[in-house]
Formats: sequence, structure tokens, C-alpha cells
Amino acid sequence: MAVTFDAAAGPDMSAFLRRTDEGQTRLDLLVTGARCAGCIARIEREMARLPGVASARLNLSTGRLALGLEGAAVDPGRIISALERLGYPATPYDPGAALAQRDVEGRQLILALAVAGFGAMNAMMFSVPIWAGLFDQELGPATRSMMMWMSAAVGAPCAIFAGMTFFKSAWRSLRAGQANMDVPISVGVILTLVISFSETVLNGRDAYFDAAVSLLFLLLIGRWLDHVLRAKARSAAGDLLALQSPVACAVDAAGRERSIPLGDVQPGDLLRVRPGDRIPVDATLEDGEALLDNSLLTGESAPERVFPGQLCRAGAVNNSGLLTLRARARSEDSTLAAIARLVDAGAQSRSRYVRLADRAAALYVPVVHAVALATFAGGWALGLDPREALIRAVAVLIITCPCALGLAVPAVQVVASARLFRRGVLVKSGAALERLAEIDHVVFDKTGVLTEGCPVLVGASSTIIAMAAPLARASGHPMARALARAAGEGPLATGVTEHPGLGVEGLIDGRRARLGRAAFLGVPTRSSGETEIWFGFEGDTKVRLQFTDGLRPDAADTIKALKARGMTVEILSGDRIGAVKGVADTVGVADWRAGLLPEEKSDAIDRLTAGGRKVLMIGDGLNDAAALARAHAAVAPGTALAASQNAADLVLTGDALMAVVEAIDVARSARRRALENFGFAALYNLVAAPAAMIGLVNPFVAALAMSGSSLVVTLNALRVRGGR
Amino acid sequence: MNILLLLGPFSVVLGLMAVGAFVWTLRASQYDDIQGAAERILIDDDDSPDSSSKGDAPVR
Repeated sequence: MAVTFDAAAGPDMSAFLRRTDEGQTRLDLLVTGARCAGCIARIEREMARLPGVASARLNLSTGRLALGLEGAAVDPGRIISALERLGYPATPYDPGAALAQRDVEGRQLILALAVAGFGAMNAMMFSVPIWAGLFDQELGPATRSMMMWMSAAVGAPCAIFAGMTFFKSAWRSLRAGQANMDVPISVGVILTLVISFSETVLNGRDAYFDAAVSLLFLLLIGRWLDHVLRAKARSAAGDLLALQSPVACAVDAAGRERSIPLGDVQPGDLLRVRPGDRIPVDATLEDGEALLDNSLLTGESAPERVFPGQLCRAGAVNNSGLLTLRARARSEDSTLAAIARLVDAGAQSRSRYVRLADRAAALYVPVVHAVALATFAGGWALGLDPREALIRAVAVLIITCPCALGLAVPAVQVVASARLFRRGVLVKSGAALERLAEIDHVVFDKTGVLTEGCPVLVGASSTIIAMAAPLARASGHPMARALARAAGEGPLATGVTEHPGLGVEGLIDGRRARLGRAAFLGVPTRSSGETEIWFGFEGDTKVRLQFTDGLRPDAADTIKALKARGMTVEILSGDRIGAVKGVADTVGVADWRAGLLPEEKSDAIDRLTAGGRKVLMIGDGLNDAAALARAHAAVAPGTALAASQNAADLVLTGDALMAVVEAIDVARSARRRALENFGFAALYNLVAAPAAMIGLVNPFVAALAMSGSSLVVTLNALRVRGGR
Repeated sequence: MNILLLLGPFSVVLGLMAVGAFVWTLRASQYDDIQGAAERILIDDDDSPDSSSKGDAPVR
């Protein structure tokens, strides 16, 4: 048989090899499962032993393995299968131009941060003698003036360099007729510098170059944290996409199917997409009609019906049968766009607390400016000299600098998602954590969540397997895949449509056949569900195929832990009563329903929500996607279909179900920390701003107080529980 | 007090050197795999015949 459908059967991945200038060939792989020094040593040693491999280096933080190869004759497929034998599944990974250039912004930020740190320390070196000299008169005026000039020489250039990010952003927002948080920051810094210069020139005693730089230093720390979180989310989203569709299934002129690297897809190629998989590149539908889930691209949760000749966009998930498409764009154009869309979608679903902070900022900026202006005008009117009044106004601007408010939520979310990432939970947005913290009812799907989800065919004759295989190969359902695995390579059914929760229908050698639930084939039944499927040609006898599926080792413990946290647990499954009851009894869940269709599952979620419950749905199949989208929060295991991972807020990248409990703990702890931070930031401003207005605080103390408040908020964020 | 004119700029130069060193570590991508660096110290490949890189160990 020349037809190869399964990507694991030996796709040609030589397109992932990259030639370097030194005549070497490089290959980048995304390796999952490596966690410790032992893994590094084992992978690098075994890889270096393979013929043709010159060097191997694993980046443990990102999971990327960089291989240097001698010549281009090495087959990446063999390297990947060698890694799989070691127990580390791997996927070829093309770092791509976008990821290489993504951190230009990060580099600028860290450079600004380094300069600001240097400036703060060294300007302070000259300022501290000035402040000390003010108390007793040991410091002569000439020395003081020299110290001020030195402080200016170090502080001012550093402040201008490090502040550019803020000045530019403030200028952009002012030109657009708005005022963002960067406006009071820029005004405060620039006014501080101007006052300090005039004091220095006029031999005055108030120079605050150090205050301006240390203010910027602390603000930049906040910016940097925020940037790291976004960069991490972006690269995680990129990894997720790389894992999901590293290869496309192309049809050549002779009608044979072949797995090719995404990068090799040319406009005009004929492609096949299985149910539940992502559309690899922008493409036109060739025949049949398709139901596409565009929720990733547009946020629209209702599937879109697409007819022949219409465009299917990369990243959309195929919710119907086997599709034949004609590529319209190269993958770089479509996939990178899909990554960008994924990140944008995550960024748009801004968390409620961040939205709250944004709204506070919109009020805050005019209020702060008004208060500072009132301080200046009021102070002058009340008989202060204008210089003194201006210094007070600057102190108000600096002390009310909204960094504590701006850091309150991002800092907590950075810490929480980093902790969860290390425990094998990918958080798709900050809002997801907030919703997860409110959960009081957990709904499990059975297959693939409480059970391993990897069914094994038992006791079927090879003739029956061979008969049903063409239809099974065209389906993404776990049991159909198990059947296809048992049958090996072979021909494929045509005109295939998949009915979620029921089965798959198509033509085998011109005869209409169905594979799925007993009811779908019209078999009168007492028992039909997820441990058995039926197969039959139209008008012929129907055959039963049985599977077994083992329970996840930590399923019972997970449910016990959830109950201990005061949550109620329920199982909603499409499987038959016997199988669900067995699992429910073993894991100790009294509340379960079996034999549900996808709509019934999402209806059940809707009813719970209408009853005031905050529901967490954990599911993996195509039949769970609707329920996942309806639930207050949703989790999908990493083995789930793209459709379900799309609908979920969190994706488990490891095998352990216990990670759900950890995610809830971390989310609850993160919510407490975020609220504490808000409270503290509000209290700080209520105390500090009036103090600055009545002149109790000079700009230097204001900068210290502001820094202190940011520090408290950041340290409090680090108290988020969980992780190691 | 004239010593200040020497020591002040001198300490600023020292500070600048620290910034330069930091930028160098950044350019040399020393922060790309922080976890990996922490774990790698545990691998003792000094005298093992099958070290992770072929360059400094005999290939069997």
C-alpha cells in the first residue's frame, strides 16, 4: 500500500533542516517530558551517539532541542523516533522569523532597566552626601555644588535614556487626544529634571536626579514583568500550534496521501483535514460542505457552514467530516497570522481586575493632574514661593505615580501562571485564573479525562477490522483511531461526514457504511456507549467492536481533593450507563449522568449556570467542545482535540489530573493576592497624596514611598501559593 | 576634598563596567535557559566515556 495517512508512519520532514553559514545543518525539535538533569544528560548523550549528529543541546526552560548535523543526509524522522523510544515525544519546530525578532522590545526594555539601575545607584552616591550634608553644615557650598553637578551628569542622561519608553508612549497617547498612565509619569520625571537643573544652576538645595532615575527603574521593572508574561504566553501559544499541526496531509497527482511539513505546502496543493483537526493553511474548500469552528479567529462560537469554493482560514477547527481543500497561501503567511490571532484573542479577553485597573487609570490620570495643579496654585495663593509650590506639586505627581496600581494584577498573574506552567498547566489568559478561582461545581467528562482516553480494541476478527478500517482512518474519534491503529495502513473511505457524539458515515468501495453508536446504525440496544462502537454497511448486518479504557491513576484522589475544597463533583458522559456507573463508583462520585449527546451536555451546564452555580467543565472530545465553551471555566487535557483545547481556558500539558486541583488552589490564592494588592495601593494613595499636598514629603521621599509601595505589591504577589 | 574629583568619576566608571558586563551576559544568551543551567551542574560528565558532546570525549 502506497497510501500513508498517519503522520507517525514516516513523513518526510527534511524541510525542517536548516543550513547554517558554516556548512552545518541544524534541526530544532520541541521535546516534551524533559524535567531534570537526568533527562538532559540522557537526551544529549543518546542524540550525540546517533550517526550524523554532531552536537545536541537541550534548553530545559523552553523544551527546545537544538541539533547540529553533519550534512543533510540525516533523516529527522529517525531522530524523532529515537527520542520517542527514550520516552520523550518530539515535534520538529521551525523557530521562524517572528519568534527571532519578537524580543527586540524585550532587549530595549532590559537595556533601559540596566541603565536606570546604574543611574539610580550612582546618582544616589552623589545625592546621599548632599542629603547628609544638609543636616549639619560640614559640607561646604562648593563641594555640594560639585556633588549636584556630578549627580546631574550621571542621573540626567540615564533618566532621559531610560524614560524614552514612557515619553514616547505618552506623546503617542497625547497626540491621539487621550492621556494614559505614562503621561503623569513623563510629566513628573521631566518636571523633576527641570527643577533639579535650575536648583543646580542657581546653587539651590533641592536636586532630585536620583529620585527621577529610581522612579524610572522601578517602573521599568513593572514593564519588564508584564513583557515577560506576554512573551511567555506568545511562545506557549506558538508551541501549542507547533505541536498541533506540524505536518499537513497532502494529496499528490496520483491521488495518494502524504504527510508533508507545513513549510512545504504551496498554494494550489490539495490537502486533507480530519475531523477535529485544525485547517493548516488558508485554503479553499474543494467538495462537500464543512462546519468550521472559527472561535479562535473571530470569537464566534457557533460553527460556520462553508460551501465549495469558499475560504477556510488557517486555525479554524474542522467540526465536520474529512475535508478536501486546496491551499491558497503558504504556511508562514497563515500560521504566523494564526499565532498572532491566538495571542490577540488572549490579550483581548482582558481580565476583570485588569479592566478595573484600566478604568481606575482613566479616572486617575485627570484627577492626579488636577490635584498636582491645585497643589501648585493653592500653595502659591497661600503665600508659598512658586519654587516651593512647584516642588510640592512634583512630589504629588511622583508619589501618586500609579505603579502599585498597575503592578497589582500583572505581578500576581505572572507569578501564578509561571507556577502553573511549571506544574504542567498552560493558562490561556489571566481572566481564566480569575474565573477558575470562583468555581464551586466541577463537571467531568469520563472518556479521556477520568480514564486514559486511549482505548484498545479487544477480541475482533481481522476481517472485520479490515472492513471497518477505511472509515475509521477518516475519523478523529479515539476509538476509531484505535481501530485504525489495529488495522495499519490502508485505503480511505470517501465522502465522509462525522456526526459529533454519534459516529462517522462514508462510502467504502461505493457502498454506504456507518461506524458509531448503536443508535446511529439503527441497532436496537440496551447497551451502547464509549466502550463499544458498531460498524455496518447500509442494509447489511451490524458488527460490534469492543474496547477497554483504563482509569487515570490519580482520578480518585483528584475528586477527593476537590470535595475537600467544598466543591460538588458531577460526571456527564456520552457513554453507556454501565461503564459510567463503574467509573463513578470507583472514583466516588454519586452524581452522574450517562448517554448524553453534546447538546444535552451543554444544556446541563446551562441549567447549572442558571441555578447560580459556577461550573468548571473538564473535557476532551469534540462532543465536549460546546459544553466547555458554555462553562464558567474550562480545562482540557493536552491529549484533547484542537477543538476542545480551543474552547478551554487551561490546557494540561502533563498526564496528571491532579494539576486541576493545583490550578484551582493557585487561582484562589492569586485572587486573594490581587485583592490585597488593590486594597494596599488604594490605601497608600489615600495616605500619601494628602501628605504630599500639605508639603510633608519632598520629591526624594516621594520616590522612596512610591518605590516602597511597588515593592510591597510585588513581594505580595510572590506569596501566591503552589509550585515548588 | 580634591580626592573626590578622582574617586567620583572612578566609581562611575566602575558602575559603567558593571552595566557593560551585564549587557555582555545578555548578548551571550546566558539567560536563555536558567532552569537548564541550574540542573546541568548536577551532570558529572568529567570522566564519563560517553559525555554529552562528542568534541571532548572519545566516541565508542
